[in-house]
Parts: sequence; C-alpha cells; structure tokens
Amino acid sequence: MGSQRVMVAMSGGVDSSVAAVLVQEAGHDVVGVTLRLWGGESDLGCCSVSDVDDARRVADALGIDHHVFNMGEDFDRHVVEPYVADHAVGRTPNPCIECNRHIKFDRLLRRARSLGFDRLATGHHARVVDMPDGTRRIARAADPAKDQSYVLHMLDQDVLSRLDLPIGEMSKDEVRARAAAVGLRTADKPDSQDVCFITSASRGDGGRREFLSRRIPLTSGRVVDGSGTEVGRVDAVEMVTLGQRRGMELAGGDGPRYATAVDTVTATVTVGSAADLFVETTTVDRAGWADGPVEGSVLVQTSAHGEPVAAFLGVEGSADEGQMSVSWDEPHRRVAPGQSVAFYDGDLVLGGALAC
Amino acid sequence: MNRQVYLDHAASTPARPEVVEAMLPWLGEHPGNPSGSHRMARDARRAIDDARDAVAALVGMDPGGVVFTSGGTEADNLAVDGVLGASSGVAVCCAAEHAAVLEPVREFGGVVLPADAGGRIDLGALAATLESVADIRLVSVMAANNETGVVSPVAEVASLVAERAPDAVVHCDAVQATAWLDLAGACRGARLVSITGHKFGGPKGAGALVVDGDVPLSPMLRGGGQERERRSGTQNVPAIVGLGRAAELVVADREATAERVAAMRDRLEASLVATVPGASCTVPDGVERTPAVAHLCFEGIESEALLFMLEQEGICASAASSCSSGAQDPSHVLAAMGIDRAVAAGSLRLSLARATTDEDVDHALSVIPGIVGRLSAYA
Repeated sequence: MGSQRVMVAMSGGVDSSVAAVLVQEAGHDVVGVTLRLWGGESDLGCCSVSDVDDARRVADALGIDHHVFNMGEDFDRHVVEPYVADHAVGRTPNPCIECNRHIKFDRLLRRARSLGFDRLATGHHARVVDMPDGTRRIARAADPAKDQSYVLHMLDQDVLSRLDLPIGEMSKDEVRARAAAVGLRTADKPDSQDVCFITSASRGDGGRREFLSRRIPLTSGRVVDGSGTEVGRVDAVEMVTLGQRRGMELAGGDGPRYATAVDTVTATVTVGSAADLFVETTTVDRAGWADGPVEGSVLVQTSAHGEPVAAFLGVEGSADEGQMSVSWDEPHRRVAPGQSVAFYDGDLVLGGALAC
Repeated sequence: MNRQVYLDHAASTPARPEVVEAMLPWLGEHPGNPSGSHRMARDARRAIDDARDAVAALVGMDPGGVVFTSGGTEADNLAVDGVLGASSGVAVCCAAEHAAVLEPVREFGGVVLPADAGGRIDLGALAATLESVADIRLVSVMAANNETGVVSPVAEVASLVAERAPDAVVHCDAVQATAWLDLAGACRGARLVSITGHKFGGPKGAGALVVDGDVPLSPMLRGGGQERERRSGTQNVPAIVGLGRAAELVVADREATAERVAAMRDRLEASLVATVPGASCTVPDGVERTPAVAHLCFEGIESEALLFMLEQEGICASAASSCSSGAQDPSHVLAAMGIDRAVAAGSLRLSLARATTDEDVDHALSVIPGIVGRLSAYA
C-alpha cells in the first residue's frame, strides 16, 4: 500500500494525537480534523475550544494541516435530541455510540471522501483486522482495560474498508510514552470521561439531571414492589435506569432492591430483588452487522466495560426492524432498554443492536 | 506549489509596503513613550498626533475626537459601553451588525431590530422603536456589512434619530467601509465612528473610535488617562503610525481602487452564477454594496467542504464569521436577511481588495466550478 491521503480525527486527546503520529510515520499524506460538536453552554466538554487548541498545536508540532469542522447541528439532531428523548421515555441511551454511528463514521467519513481522502483514522483503542475472505472486522484492542471495540459495533464493510485505528496494538502506557517521546503536549492529558456534552463542572448524576431538566420536565414518581404496593418515591423517573440500585434501598425491604421496571407514562418504578433482574432471553432491535447478519452462538457484551458472556443469537419477529433474540447460556441480568449490545466471535466484532 | 490566491480581505488585508516602512523605526529606533516629557517621548507623541490628524481627515472629524484603540472590536465596544456608561440608557441596532456591537447592545438590555432582505436596518421598525422605547441613548449602524459589503442608510438613520430621539447619538461602525467609501459621506450624521487599520492596508492592533464634539464617553480602560481620559494605556505607537499612514494612502487612491475591484467582483459573481449549477448571488439585485465581497450560495454544498477544497487549490476564503475554535458558524447576517438555513449552509465569501488581481479572479474561476461539481457528486 503506497502513500494515501488520510484524514485523522483529532479530539485533542493523547490517543488521537499518537494516531496522527503513526499515520504520518507510515508515510501517508495526513490532515488532522477536529469536530466541533457542541457549542452550547459548555466549554468543558470533549470538543471545547481548549481541546481544539490542543489538537491544532499537536498538528502544528507534526507539521500537518489541521481543520475544524462544525457538525454541531448534526450532533444535536442525531445525538443530543435522541439522548433526551430516550430519557423522557425511560430508556438508557449511549450517546457515544450514536455519535460514532451518525457523526464520526457517517458524516465525517462522507466529508472525508468528498474531499478526496482515501482513508479515515481515529484514536480508538481497537484494531481493524483483515479476514481471509478480504473483509475486515473490528477486534478488541491490545490493551484490554482500554478496549473500545464495543462502541464501534455498528461499523460495516463500507466504513471498515476505509478505516484505520493506528493505536489499537498499543497499551495506553505505550501511547503516552510515545506521545512523550515525540514531545506532544497531550502526553499527560487525562482521559476524557462521561458524556461530552454534559459539563464536567457538574459531572455525575447532578450534571445529567441539570442537563435533562433544562430540556424535559422531570417527573416525580412512585416506587412500588412486585405486588404494586407503594414503598417509596423517586423525584425523577426519567433518571432511573433499569437495574439501578442507588435510591431503591427503601424501608421494609429485606436485602438489596433494584429497579426492575421503569414506566414513565404512569411515573412508576417497580423494584425487586437481584433475582428478579435475571432473564433467559433479551430481545434487541436495530441490529447492524460488520458483514451480514449472524445467527448462532456468540459472545455478547452489554456495556462499555462489561464482560462478554455466551448466548445464542436468533432472528425474531420482523427482519426489517433488525429484531433478534439473545438467549443467554446462563440467566443474565436484564439490559436496560436503549443500551447497546455488541456481538463478538472471540475478539472479533460481528455487529450490535439496541436492547428493547 | 499551487498558485496562492488570497480572497479573504474582509478578514484582514496585507499592510501596504509604505505602511510597514513607516512603522519600522517606531519598533526599534524610537522607544519613547508618548506620555513622557523628554525629547524621545515628544517624538513619539508627535508621531501619533500626526496619525491622529490623518485619521481625523479620513473620517471628516476633529483630531481631538480621535481615540486610538486596539482595533474595531474595542472601538465598537467603547462606543456602546462608553455612551451608555455616561448616560444610563439603552442602545438599538440591527440583527446584522457585527458581534462587537450586538453583544454589548444585548448586554445592556438594548433593542435588536430586524433587517430587510439586504441585511439593512429596518427603518420602519427603527422609527417605531424610537417612538415607543424611552431612554434610547445610542443607535448603532454599520456603514458596510462585514459579510456581504451591503451599505446601510446611515444618513436616514441619523435623521430619524435626530427627529424622534434627540437625546440619542448615532454610532457608525465603518470598519468595512473605510477602504471603499468616503466616510464623511458614508457616516453622515453619526457622532461616533469606528475604524480599524488592518481592513484597509494598515496593521492589526490599531483602530480608532472617532467622537464628534462633546459626546460624553465613559472609559472602559482606566489608568494613566491617555487619549483624553477616554482610553488609558500606553499607545501602540508603531501600529498607530501605520494606521495613520494607511489612512493617508487610502484617501489618495480609494476611488480608482473601488472602480477596479468592483469590476473584478462583478466578473467573479457573474461568471460563477453562469457556470455553476445551483449558484446564486446572496445579496438581492439593486442593493447598494461596497466592491469588497463576492457573496454566493451554492445549493446542496457545505461551506466547510468548499473552503477545504479551495484551500487545496491555493485559494484562501471564508464563509461566515469564524468562531474562536476555527469552525464555521452559521451566519447571523444571512439569517437576519431571511435566507434559509439550508441555503446559507452553502455560502461563500470571496473578499477582494486593492491587492487583488485579474489573475487571482481567473484562478478562482478556473477551479471553483470543478470543486462544486465534485462536492455535488457526493452530496
């Protein structure tokens, strides 16, 4: 493979900084791009002015061109608004995954292609591997603690054929050491945390509550046990996630209690024991595949840093909706509706879907 | 290396060689602080006072009214803050004004009026506001718009204000007009005028608010009392000398330059509209504007992609105003003109100046149709 034109998505963090270094060292014609996604009230999130400055200065140090693309309106439409709408109906969205699906690997990749770039590179901790049949797959990162393959589960061949993940073979320590060796200002920059459009000044539940309360009415609701008896109250049912324990430890119970159902229409949270959370089967929809639908025995991961567990994947209901059933080999904790589930064959990502 | 073509003069112009030459001694040889009393200080004082005379002549006001500032933003801010600070009222402006006016007007609880299809202040709305809102102390109107070059009816605004709100004064942001228009005419009736050097062949970092007569102005910067207590701080002598030289030069050749650049601007617009499918001129026909800007919208194209491709072909241009991160923000000026957001998303501002050549225009015309065609294919 000769020299190609590669766009590197640079967030201003250390991972994408080193990704740019590696692409450049491979002899490619590199341009760095930083997305401005959220101009709202925050100058603290992942695309703040200071992060754009970091990306620009890293690009300057490497001697590569750097551009800033404003995709704020698309980010609002495809990430922020659905995030709010999901919470309003008691679902548990993952905005990073929707940003990857709609912004980084759709809008940005299309932009890159229209501008004459052959490839897009990002600083995700995951690998892109070539299969014997010529197709490609996302595989887990060399650094298991930093693996981000889960948030890339939606990438298909159209994307994978044009994608490079240069730091996927490196541990985080190696990435930082490399950045320091090259003298990059981002070498010691802390990892980004949490949802980028919720200000870091008020991270955690407080920040999320404040963010949502400015966009949707938060409803106080009843907490009932399995028999329908009211055992307490919550001040915002939209903030409760299925399986949540915090705030559910109420008088009269024996042992820990968890949210087992969230109904925003009647403003009711049902609680039960840990055992009530376990199910044999989970239905998912909006399935997407790396290279066509897969059925049969797979490993399933249901959260960013969750353990993969064995299950049998079968088609269910309407194929148009991408609906599938995940039959767990061992009973599994229920997955909150709206959460992503990623399907693996060993370390290889097969695809993913959203829990119903 | 591709041919490099600079078509972003509304953002900043190159300093003219005579300007650079005039500035250089004041960077090294002559260190005096104009507020001092010895010979070298007096030399510096004389240099900035010569510049003061030149700026006063440029604007058509008295040299005593010239307050040197760090540039257009400070001059605009000082006009709003300074007048309202001295009189405790509110200000009025149009939604298409520069942010350096809009922000302080809003901050003081002022009135932001709608624009007409050309982006000019709606005179009917202004008349009604002058009648209905008490305590209006300032009406700010730009001589020419920074994004489109559209010329505002400053004299009409001034006579409406004189008639209906005699306690108010008119401020004119002439930053984008200086290179093109006789400011005495373009700002007629305004008692405060903002200019900045780097929009007409002067250096960055020097501008002025020129104040007529005894308009009370409370200072934003306080300290040593420079600029007749209206702007404390040691004057930026080299840049002010450059500003003064640029003022002399622009007056001398403004008319001829405007005529030549207008012809190039017209050729750019006419040719692009004729050869590029989906291209249209942003400013409606018949709206008076300076020769500065060829402003177009390309249907189905995104400005950022267009600018990226233009840069690949050696052309530096812009779309709307840039935000601090360097990303392109949707234009508040086009929004005020009532242009659909989807149309405005494909806007392009090619801004010309004295340094622009026919070859620059030829190069732009040779590459833009192909770029738009390529991007359309991916849309």
